[in-house]
Amino acid sequence: MKNEDKKRVLREMVLHRRFEERCYQAYIERKIGGFLHLYPGQEACCNGVMEAARPGHDYVITGYRDHVHAIKCGSDPKEVMAELYGKETGSSKGRGGSMHIFDAANRFMGGYALVGGPFPLAAGIAKAIQLKGGDEIAICFLGDAANNQGVFHETLNMAALWNLPVLFVCENNRYGIGTSIERSTAVVHQHKRVAAYNIEASECDGQDIEVVYEHARQAVDHVRSGKGPYFLELMTYRYRGHSMSDSRGYRTREEEELWKQRDPIYILRDRLIEAKEMTMADYEAIEKETDAYIENEVIKFAEESPEPRVEDLEKYVFADRESQKPWLTGNAA
Amino acid sequence: MAQIMLWEAIQRAHDEEMARDPLVICMGEDIGVAGGTYKATKGLYEKYGPLRVMDTPISEGGFTGLGIGASFLGVRPIIEIMSVNFAWLAMDQMFNSAAKIRYMSGGQLEAPCVFRSAGGAAHQLGAQHSARMEKVFMGIAGLRVVTPSNPKQAYGLLKSAIRCNDPVFINEHELMYNMKGEVPDAEYFMPLEGSEIARSGTDVTLFGYNISVHWCLKAAEILDKQYNISAEVVDLYSLSPLDRAGIKQSVSKTHRVVIAEEDEAPVGVGSEVIAIINEECFFELDAAPVRVHSALVPQPYNHTLEKAAIPDHEDVVKAVLKIFGRG
Repeated sequence: MKNEDKKRVLREMVLHRRFEERCYQAYIERKIGGFLHLYPGQEACCNGVMEAARPGHDYVITGYRDHVHAIKCGSDPKEVMAELYGKETGSSKGRGGSMHIFDAANRFMGGYALVGGPFPLAAGIAKAIQLKGGDEIAICFLGDAANNQGVFHETLNMAALWNLPVLFVCENNRYGIGTSIERSTAVVHQHKRVAAYNIEASECDGQDIEVVYEHARQAVDHVRSGKGPYFLELMTYRYRGHSMSDSRGYRTREEEELWKQRDPIYILRDRLIEAKEMTMADYEAIEKETDAYIENEVIKFAEESPEPRVEDLEKYVFADRESQKPWLTGNAA
Repeated sequence: MAQIMLWEAIQRAHDEEMARDPLVICMGEDIGVAGGTYKATKGLYEKYGPLRVMDTPISEGGFTGLGIGASFLGVRPIIEIMSVNFAWLAMDQMFNSAAKIRYMSGGQLEAPCVFRSAGGAAHQLGAQHSARMEKVFMGIAGLRVVTPSNPKQAYGLLKSAIRCNDPVFINEHELMYNMKGEVPDAEYFMPLEGSEIARSGTDVTLFGYNISVHWCLKAAEILDKQYNISAEVVDLYSLSPLDRAGIKQSVSKTHRVVIAEEDEAPVGVGSEVIAIINEECFFELDAAPVRVHSALVPQPYNHTLEKAAIPDHEDVVKAVLKIFGRG
């Protein structure tokens, strides 16, 4: 990664971190409801992979821990926050919430609640790319625990069989909701499981963005050059709980502290400071600017945006009726 | 007009739509090289090739989700589930992804898929191959459900379903694929909403769908010739949504109702029709509506038990006579 890119990505990761932490606060204030799954600790995963791919061009899909993936693909943080606030100006017009962020224009394909649900959808997106003949790839970000769903195995089999252009990124944060991977999964290192489907795979440190980037470059090139699917496992950690209603009683504070020593933002920051590309004061300025942006633009937008109208409750269930009339009521040509 | 078999009608709809739009594809178990368990996709593999006629592994959840994901990018998959009994495995993706995607994305994404599956009791296929599951797919916001009772409907409904931008589930019947019927030579799109009057009458309305439409028609003939009762047969081919206006219209005309179905009674089409009658035209009734339905048992293998579990046209005749206090 070039130094300008590293500095840019550091800024982005600070935005992602501060955005998520601000969501935590907003949830406590009851501005955000429902389920909220936060990303702090895993920033190098999404950022490292997407730096090697083409955000907004490649199709990205993930589970419910999706705010940062959406923003990295190009979603406006204001619209994501407005969605969390349930406003009409939200990316899903307030109908989706935290687990269902979508941004079709930036090819961010959601945002799903059922663990593992995105796997076959990602393969389908890849199938469509293959059929239409584009140079895009499908990228599916999911966690280690999702690999225990049957549909993971069904999808890998089909992806390999049909040589689909899909990159599976496993953000192995060692826990599936409240159960550790050692207690739920016979094989801890996920990349070993995909060998059963003849799929190329690798594993690396998910906290060092430059390591992620190098591995992701290979993975993306493999898929984009038509060699079929690839499985990239990133060993990482989520600093917050699975969701807001999680007191993390299944993890030790010692383990959490150990992983905090490997904060992906500080790893990159300290490397840039050591290379004399920036100073600590520069970094602190970035944090301040980011917090000000989030407060004065992102939160302000969400707060001041209107609620959806109750009269519009049944909108978006089906396609616009006028456009579908020939197939619904007849008189087609 | 040509007299063709129901499977040919389905095959024709596939062929026409795939010839017209390169993004229309079909997928399912044995649909390609083997030509389809019910021949509904016969010849398509040779004509359109493996990229568009996909023989899938036995992975209903996986390949259904794959088809849905492809539809997000404008591909229009016709996804065949070999037997509706296997559809349970596909329902997470059908309901949680396809049916809900438009709403939960605030209108950004849509899933223009067609799901086709064969249901109903055949002959002694046992509990896990004989289910009638139309009601399982009904009442899921965002999913349309239709069920053909003859080749013309099978052709016209599939044509409309492929063009429609909403996900549509088409419930076919195992025993009806070789049924012959007239299908227009010209292109024909059947409305996905509505009902059809299969036989006009004045004294009682017989509601049916797919196979039970034919019990009702047989019953109507007997009621007319032997009992001088004029029965109107209404084909409820659109199950989600049910045709409220059509139901109201017929009940307001005849004032007596029998709903005949191969499904079991609880939480089914019969229950829904009666609820709709309550809401739309309760005071038009001269008698309580009656349901003719299968016994609530997992389908038995034994031939006699199987026959005892499922009604037929004679049960429909008996039900009508009881309403009239005759026979």
